[in-house]
Amino acid sequence: MLGLGADRLRADMNRLLALLFHQGVLDEQFLQLQQLQDESSPNFVSEVVNIYFHESEKLLRNLRGLLMDRECSDYKKMGIHLNQFIGSSSSIGAKRVRNVCVAFRAASEQNNRAGCLRALELLEHEYCYLKNKLHELFQLEQQRLLAAGVRYPMQN
Amino acid sequence: MTVEDKRSGLVNEDKFPIGMRILAVDDDPICLKVLENLLRKCQYQVTTTNQAIAALKMLRENKNKYDLVISDVNMPDMDGFKLLELVGLEMDLPVIMLSAHSDKELVYKGVTHGAVDYLLKPVRIEELKNIWQHVIRRKKLQPKDQNRSPNQDKPLDGAGGSGQGVSSSGSADQNGKVNRKRKDQDEDEEEEGEENLHENEEPGTQKKPRVVWSVELHRKFVAAVNQLGLDKAVPKKILDLMNVEGLTRENVASHLQKYRLYLKRISSVASQQANMVAAFGAKDSSYLRMGSLDGFGDFRTLSGPGRLSSTSISSYTPGGMLGRLNSPGGLTLRAISSSGLLQSGHSQSLSNSVNTLGKFQPSLLPASQGANLFQGVQSSVEPNQLQAKSNTHIGEFNRNDDTAGFTLATSFSDGRVTIGGLNNTVSSSTSNPLMLQVNPQQSQSREAFATQSSLSVPSLNQESFDVDVHGSSNFLDHSRCTENWQGAVQLSKFTTNSLPLSEPFSHDSLSTSNLRDNISSTISQIGNGLNDFSSSSVLATPSDSRVDMQGQTSSMGDVVQNMSYNSRQRWEEHSQDYNPNLNNSFSNINSFVSGNGVVGSLSQTMDQRKKFDVPLHGQLNNVTPSIFQHGEVENSALDPKMRSNEDYLLEQTKSQNGFAQNNYESLDDMMNAMIKRV
Repeated sequence: MLGLGADRLRADMNRLLALLFHQGVLDEQFLQLQQLQDESSPNFVSEVVNIYFHESEKLLRNLRGLLMDRECSDYKKMGIHLNQFIGSSSSIGAKRVRNVCVAFRAASEQNNRAGCLRALELLEHEYCYLKNKLHELFQLEQQRLLAAGVRYPMQN
Repeated sequence: MTVEDKRSGLVNEDKFPIGMRILAVDDDPICLKVLENLLRKCQYQVTTTNQAIAALKMLRENKNKYDLVISDVNMPDMDGFKLLELVGLEMDLPVIMLSAHSDKELVYKGVTHGAVDYLLKPVRIEELKNIWQHVIRRKKLQPKDQNRSPNQDKPLDGAGGSGQGVSSSGSADQNGKVNRKRKDQDEDEEEEGEENLHENEEPGTQKKPRVVWSVELHRKFVAAVNQLGLDKAVPKKILDLMNVEGLTRENVASHLQKYRLYLKRISSVASQQANMVAAFGAKDSSYLRMGSLDGFGDFRTLSGPGRLSSTSISSYTPGGMLGRLNSPGGLTLRAISSSGLLQSGHSQSLSNSVNTLGKFQPSLLPASQGANLFQGVQSSVEPNQLQAKSNTHIGEFNRNDDTAGFTLATSFSDGRVTIGGLNNTVSSSTSNPLMLQVNPQQSQSREAFATQSSLSVPSLNQESFDVDVHGSSNFLDHSRCTENWQGAVQLSKFTTNSLPLSEPFSHDSLSTSNLRDNISSTISQIGNGLNDFSSSSVLATPSDSRVDMQGQTSSMGDVVQNMSYNSRQRWEEHSQDYNPNLNNSFSNINSFVSGNGVVGSLSQTMDQRKKFDVPLHGQLNNVTPSIFQHGEVENSALDPKMRSNEDYLLEQTKSQNGFAQNNYESLDDMMNAMIKRV
């Protein structure tokens, strides 16, 4: 039947989204992003998310670099990076990543190197997970679009 | 089409707010893009830039091109508040501040610099739907904007903070009211006001300069007060004594009021200490000697009442972090004291070292450091500790048997290093003069304590942290001998979670997955170390999980390195190339996408993810235990009592302050608060 694949994929997507919401990986802000996607900006979500990935990885690299510097860890700079990370994560609805960043920021404000290291590990982990899941989501979306675009001979 | 309406100047009343022209400034490209789209959804006309300087340029080109400006607070090329000020002064446009940080100080700063609103990221569309009100309000309150141009340079009342020139159209009653209201609000808030650095940032217009109570100024103030005697200190006399240009009687009066309040607060807490302190006589020099000589017996008793002195110890952690119990710095500080004690063995040498520290008194403090000091001073427990002196710490450590850390600290072979570190920090210390000045009113006997307390205060300096880090690594080596992993797990079950680190996660909705729960709770205890999570199966059975742990039994440093390597691998190789662990699971996950049994594969995925997660988490968890253990060992060294003291400390500060953010975990925070009050 026409569109069966597309419907199923949409169901998959919704399930995945529901799971992510349930886990607290994403929050309502992500929904807002989806609502902003329309005819005028059809790829809005994926565009934003890709920028987010790009920026976040830069930030993570910077943070690790700053922490690994045993001589003098620049906590202030870490705080600045973290502020940005918090802002961007909350803007796309990456709740768990954001929360780890907040903890990380608190540790950096205390110059707590051990705490910062822990937080960084967790942050990288959470970010990883988020990225995987969002990739999944986009793949599903792509597949769904493909499936929805399929024309069956009988239709004509 | 209204959205395309490019009419400049007038606001299109009919279709307004549709088509309102907004300039959005944010260095974060994600936030900027999201904001842009949100605004477009509200049918505004949006221009964006990620540089404040570019934004200014655009505004200066034609101020009539925009109705409203939205600006981020933290930007690399220019401070958001500075931009706010300039826009308000030059273009008189309403500016909304945007930030990920809801720090009350920042919000206050926004208000005083003239922002019409302060939004928190993530911005919701509902909030943006109403921002047009700021444009209307401004238009309504400035019926004759052009005529008022000469008045726009009128001194902007610092208290009023109405940077948009609302004060300029003083004739309108509404404006007058707004002004008055702001003034009142500000005066009310002055108590909690932050330090206003307007003076430094003034673009040169006539502004009533807001008095900045710098360290030096405060020092003079306190000196004058001391000279007059606290009871007899009247603003006029203080002003004369201080002999500072530009300072008005009112400035001094308000500062004096705050100072009195502060003293009352700390004196009430430290009243117990006062008795002890008073017993030590009145002279500085004799103080130092006596303090160190007779300290030990008496200081022991000091540890009795509510463990305030223990709290003091925990508070003197490098970087000025109060209550940061697991800080290696705190440990080192004790090591400093104890090793100092051990090494000097003599009260004389100790007092000598303290004396040398005292020599740093006249040094000028950078304002920010002074500010830091103020904050620390403000804490109710803080002065307690100040009076408790470093000697107290020393005495404490000698007597306090149940402090595990003490034992370890004394085993420091590089006590000299730490002392050296301490000296370094002292040399750049910013606290000494202030400490001296701040406490004199308590009782004369406390002066010497202030001197000695300067010993610990310098540890606020960040430099000392590095020393501590080295010290802590030593410490860890020691501790590793004495602790095993399980032991660490046991010790880790501290109940106190007072650090705000845990707070963000308390609201996390945890997944049903046990592992997820564990991780979330792990997250919530970053600052505190291991928790139930550690007691869960993951840690207990590191061998069971398919852990790809490298160097599980290696030293912690290695573990961290390996872990970091792993995790780096994980996310760096990510775009298509997953870490082997991930690969297994994700090939399964990916396959499910094209699979037919959707539900089945999803649950399969979940299982696999569980398995997958275990190694990851196991890795993490096994690492984090080690990392946590690091903290744990430190914690254990600091002793559970310290933790409760941390609570106590935080509670104290909470109860004492009117601030929303009462977690004065750092001396810096306290100092800032103190500055704010003054």
